Amino acid sequence: MLPESIEKNMSNETLITGKKAENAIKESLFLFTLYICVTIAILTLMTLIYDVLSTGITRLTSDYEVGLITKIQIDNPVDFLTTLDSRYPDRAGIGPAFAGTVWLMIIVVFVTFPFGTGAAIYLQEFAPKNRLTRFIELNLTNLAGVPSVIYGLLGLAVFVRLAGFGRSVLSGGLTLTLLILPVVIVASREALKAVPDTIRQGALALGATKFQAVFRQVVPSAIPGMVTGMVLGLSRAIGETAPLIFMGALTYVNYFPDTPLSGFTAIPIQVYNWIGYPQAEWRETASAGIILLLGLLLIMNSLAIFIRNRYEKDL
Amino acid sequence: MENVNNLRSQLTKTITRPIEKIVKLFITASAFAAILISISIIFTLLTEAINFFQDPAVTFKGYFTATRWTPTFQNPEYGVIVLISSTLYIAVIACLISFPLGLFSAIYLSEFATRRTRKVIKPVLEVLAGVPTVVFGYFALNWITPNIIQRFIPGTGVFNALSAGIAVGIMIIPTVASISDDALNAVPNSLRNGSLALGATRRITSLKIMFPAALSGIIASFILGFSRAIGETMIVTIAGGQYPELNLDPRSAMYTITSSIVNVSLGDTPHGTTAYNALFALGITLFIMTFILNIGSDYVARKYRKEYE
Repeated sequence: MLPESIEKNMSNETLITGKKAENAIKESLFLFTLYICVTIAILTLMTLIYDVLSTGITRLTSDYEVGLITKIQIDNPVDFLTTLDSRYPDRAGIGPAFAGTVWLMIIVVFVTFPFGTGAAIYLQEFAPKNRLTRFIELNLTNLAGVPSVIYGLLGLAVFVRLAGFGRSVLSGGLTLTLLILPVVIVASREALKAVPDTIRQGALALGATKFQAVFRQVVPSAIPGMVTGMVLGLSRAIGETAPLIFMGALTYVNYFPDTPLSGFTAIPIQVYNWIGYPQAEWRETASAGIILLLGLLLIMNSLAIFIRNRYEKDL
Repeated sequence: MENVNNLRSQLTKTITRPIEKIVKLFITASAFAAILISISIIFTLLTEAINFFQDPAVTFKGYFTATRWTPTFQNPEYGVIVLISSTLYIAVIACLISFPLGLFSAIYLSEFATRRTRKVIKPVLEVLAGVPTVVFGYFALNWITPNIIQRFIPGTGVFNALSAGIAVGIMIIPTVASISDDALNAVPNSLRNGSLALGATRRITSLKIMFPAALSGIIASFILGFSRAIGETMIVTIAGGQYPELNLDPRSAMYTITSSIVNVSLGDTPHGTTAYNALFALGITLFIMTFILNIGSDYVARKYRKEYE
């Protein structure tokens, strides 16, 4: 960038002749266009959030408006989170879907974390630099770009049919695991890459084996970064709708899943269900579900940022 | 000497501890899982798709030439062209929205924004990228359609390609913006400074120097955005409707590959039926389309990247 003074001089000079004045106008028009584009992106997000909040808030706060004829059955977050779905929009809670999402998160964490970090440790620390390794890396990049609906088909064929888990919360969790595995592996590799080489070399110089150097020195210092990547992957998983539709999550499930093999529904699926009803009251219920979903994502992303800032030591 | 040998045997003992072997085996296997997942995607999609084409009710020719997609009708027709054209149509609308908005946002971020503004706008784009697609679908159906589309184009239906396309476009703005921004930032500062020093304005520098220099990355971001628009499912399912015949009217409902996958799977589709197999035929069609685009994006980014000293 140029120092301010020179720039000022330039723009003063450009104003002298007509041609240059025209240039100045073009300049401002260009900057104006850029402003507009950025503003549209930001405004859209704000409109979306405002619309959802203003519509869904009736299900989450008590309404003491005078002359209110119909009593709203569900008017606070606790009721909304614990009540079963209903045929009536003002009595429908998100309980089973919330429980389903919690189940999914537990399964995803327990399966993704060992495999994701394991693969990252191998690729970053042990893998020989050869064609096979390159091929694995290429595979990971491509998998990250596969549409999520395809993972749903894969889960349908492999977990629901082949493995015989049926349309269960276990099949759903494993499908989501496949979906976020590439993301988690890439993030974990970045965390390992950020560990300075001096730590590896120091450990090796003191007589540690390669294995000891990696697992006692390098991995512990990369853990915060790995956990951050995991949380971000998880937040992608809980917002996913399409792959879960194949797990039967859209059929009317109005009970709390009690084993990994029971049927389930999840928050985004439940929201999709509610969006499908034409009556305006359902919009409010769907919005309340979206508020819950966005709130959950906000908490998880804040958690990721917190972990990154709190535990990432300067190495 | 004996001491050294002792030490060595001790060392080798630690090396060959069984737990180490198991852990190493496990992490190696995890890495190879990436290949396994790719293979099983292709294998499952292919086998069921082959079953689909062997069905007497379906012909390979019919799949690509019929102009209706009605697998659940009495006389089912499986014209994938209907779905492919709708998919591309909505993806193009999405690109018309996201390419200019994403690219100009990136130019603003990398060439004009102060560090402080950047610190505010970048996270906003990240939040936009993190919004679940079902929420965008809700937004398209309940906000964009009544407040924008139906207001300016009266007579548009509740489900229409336009609002779905716009919402998909908004969804991929962050993808385009962040990759283009990275590409612009990768251009060395000396180019920018040189141009400004020669008296070029910021606009000229952005458009004539920075844009061409970062073009490979920008095109890669466009291709990737297009690929994501094609694979997007929930927005088009919620807001795009299901119109199973060939049509190119943006005000009418359309039927994309992804939304028909969802809708076929919603109905009870027992294993082995034509409808079940059709899911996988559509799956592989979609997979091939996005795969080619993703490879293309990667290729453009690598091949045409200019190396600067």
